[in-house]
Amino acid sequence: MDVLTDNFSLYGKGFLGTLELTVYASILALVLGFVMASFRVAPVGSLRVLGTVWVTVLRNTPLTLLFFAVLLGLPRFGLVLPFNVFAVIALGCYTSAFICEVLRSGINTVPTGQGEAARSLGMTFGQSLGAIVLPQAFRSVIPPVGSTLIALAKNSAIAGAFSVTELLGTYKTLNELGYSIIWTFVWIAVGYLIITLAISALFHVMEKRWGVAR
Amino acid sequence: MTAHSAPTATVLYDIPGPHTRKRHRLYGILATFLILALIGWIVYLLFDTDQFTAAKWTPFEYKGIQELLLRGLGNTLKAFAYAAVLSLVLGAFLAVGRLSDHRPVRWVATVLVEFFRAMPVLVMIFFIFVALKVQPLPALVAGLTLYNGSVLAEVFRTGINSVERGQHEAAYALGLRKTQVTTFVLAPQAIRAMLPTIISQLVVALKDTSLGYLITYEEFLHAGKLIASNLDYDLPFIPVVMVISPIYIGMCMLLSWFATWVARRQRRNPKTEAVGVGPAQPGTLMRGGR
Repeated sequence: MDVLTDNFSLYGKGFLGTLELTVYASILALVLGFVMASFRVAPVGSLRVLGTVWVTVLRNTPLTLLFFAVLLGLPRFGLVLPFNVFAVIALGCYTSAFICEVLRSGINTVPTGQGEAARSLGMTFGQSLGAIVLPQAFRSVIPPVGSTLIALAKNSAIAGAFSVTELLGTYKTLNELGYSIIWTFVWIAVGYLIITLAISALFHVMEKRWGVAR
Repeated sequence: MTAHSAPTATVLYDIPGPHTRKRHRLYGILATFLILALIGWIVYLLFDTDQFTAAKWTPFEYKGIQELLLRGLGNTLKAFAYAAVLSLVLGAFLAVGRLSDHRPVRWVATVLVEFFRAMPVLVMIFFIFVALKVQPLPALVAGLTLYNGSVLAEVFRTGINSVERGQHEAAYALGLRKTQVTTFVLAPQAIRAMLPTIISQLVVALKDTSLGYLITYEEFLHAGKLIASNLDYDLPFIPVVMVISPIYIGMCMLLSWFATWVARRQRRNPKTEAVGVGPAQPGTLMRGGR
């Protein structure tokens, strides 16, 4: 029990590290996922191919391999950044492939008639996209985006093994200090539960407010 | 792989007319040019940083190194095989527990499933490896089994619950007992319908075997790391990534395609008609399922 009280600052640092990683990687994944989803539904063939390749490759890449390639590989090209920036890039790119698929299937749930009606009213592409298609798609993608971001938060644990400051990594220090290893892990688990439950609660509220009534 | 320009209107676009088609072709050429430029730049970077020198690629000609890689691949597949079989068994047990008539059993199963699904796999693997002082392979297999088993339990349970009501009503009316109804009527239909989802979850297990690298299990990535950190070959890091990632990605892609293929077959199969869920898309899983 005193593991937590004695090392509150260490745990706090790890917790904040995980939180930071999750937030930044989520933003990157949402932006990149949106771009890739728009590529995948674009009328331009080469962009569609790019989006498809991106999704297929990244969805089938083990995240550890991606971390390995990004954190240890990119510096070989003379690109030297702090480790946590690399971790955000790896996590964000990996998750963007899943976000892309979620957004694309969200757009596909909007009936074709909606777009046709909008166009027959004389709406431009931008108008029909912004006022008709995206608002409806947004409603149906809230729960799957939430579960993807929860998966992202859990995946951020891998970054700790590549010497990024985050929650799981704290066990090493505490182990050397001779604290009870079981309790160390209990508090780490609690930390992750707080983050994943918070994301799940946030998306629950969003779904209550804007979700589709089924 | 030229994406076919589908001549159907989508929610976003009408069928393009001649003018629009011309414009799209222009965009297509511009985009292709940009993408090719990007690829060219990456290839230039690779050459510029001397990634294709003989010194960095010769190690792959040595028998010892090839054997090291193959042994790593074998260990990866071994861990995957154990984890897949055990998580299917654990998933079946937990699903049966969650569907039990006895409240305490149901509670225990629910708590276990929810807890193991909410925990990062890596935390479990590290806990088993560090705190319980288990060897790397059993630790990896146990961690993967606990996580994937509880996700699969939910898959099984959803499958069984979504078999049409008439099926189990009819079975009960024939005088079968609950165990018989589940094993002879519900489970066969549920498993058939959920097969694509089950295979997609096994893809997740295959991908996660690479976590063994972090607990020094001698799997494929670990073998790659050993070669990559060898000074004699001028630290062939990028070549190693270029060799091992296509193999990893290829294995996972094969399994994913298998799931898609099964899903496509299911759609035409009359044996899955009584199951309410539409055949699951590969990759779309329960919450937190990847």
